[in-house]
Amino acid sequence: MTHSDLSSTSLQTVPIHTEEDLLTARHAVRAAALAEGLGLVAQTKLVTAASELVRNCYVHGGGGVLRIERVLPPPRRGLRIVVADQGPGIEDPDAALADGYSTGPGLGHGLGGARRLVDEFELRSEPGRGTTVVITRWTA
Amino acid sequence: MTSPDIPIIRLGEVLVAGLSRELDDKTVMLFADELSRRIGDTRASTVVLDITKVEVIDSFAARMLMEIAAMARLLGARVVLAGMRYSVAITLAELGLALPGVETALSVEHALNRRAGP
Repeated sequence: MTHSDLSSTSLQTVPIHTEEDLLTARHAVRAAALAEGLGLVAQTKLVTAASELVRNCYVHGGGGVLRIERVLPPPRRGLRIVVADQGPGIEDPDAALADGYSTGPGLGHGLGGARRLVDEFELRSEPGRGTTVVITRWTA
Repeated sequence: MTSPDIPIIRLGEVLVAGLSRELDDKTVMLFADELSRRIGDTRASTVVLDITKVEVIDSFAARMLMEIAAMARLLGARVVLAGMRYSVAITLAELGLALPGVETALSVEHALNRRAGP
């Protein structure tokens, strides 16, 4: 599964370089979730998951970008959020996904928590080359 | 330093503060400082945080809320989180963040009544 296949359309891109961008990113995801017809709980889960990812991107990845895509591989439709940075990468992705694991100012529930809040979750990271997380919520 | 974004109202021994729709990191940290000062000044026994408007609590905001509750407890006050939206509650539970040690109430009214109760 790649996030750049022909079956997805990029809706919006939000650069993540300042703390204000974290809010901008949240608002963009909320608006997209609303536009795609997600219910309140689904919206909240997706926005919260995105919030975890953009915070990681900002705090650990030195900033990056959030991209919102609409996925249309029949028969499913969904909303996909891609958060990418070119930071130091994650040495041990499995450990990073475990609850309680933290190298920053959080509770260590961010990455693993984000995975539980969405339908599909993909983490790609190479030490020294950055991290990309792709989350998908099916809307139909 | 005051945090005009989150006014803190005093009702006898109770401090009530309504958190804004967006809990950005800076606002929450300023608020924590201001609240600890006010608890110290007023000797408040209870702090009711109205989170009715808060649409998203991620793990960072959850940590801040837990720290605020811990800080208040050290100052002799208890914190009640009032009015959490059901969508936020479901999301926090799935994140694995049940906010241990933080008291909650359905609404500010419930929080105040509980305090006045037997």
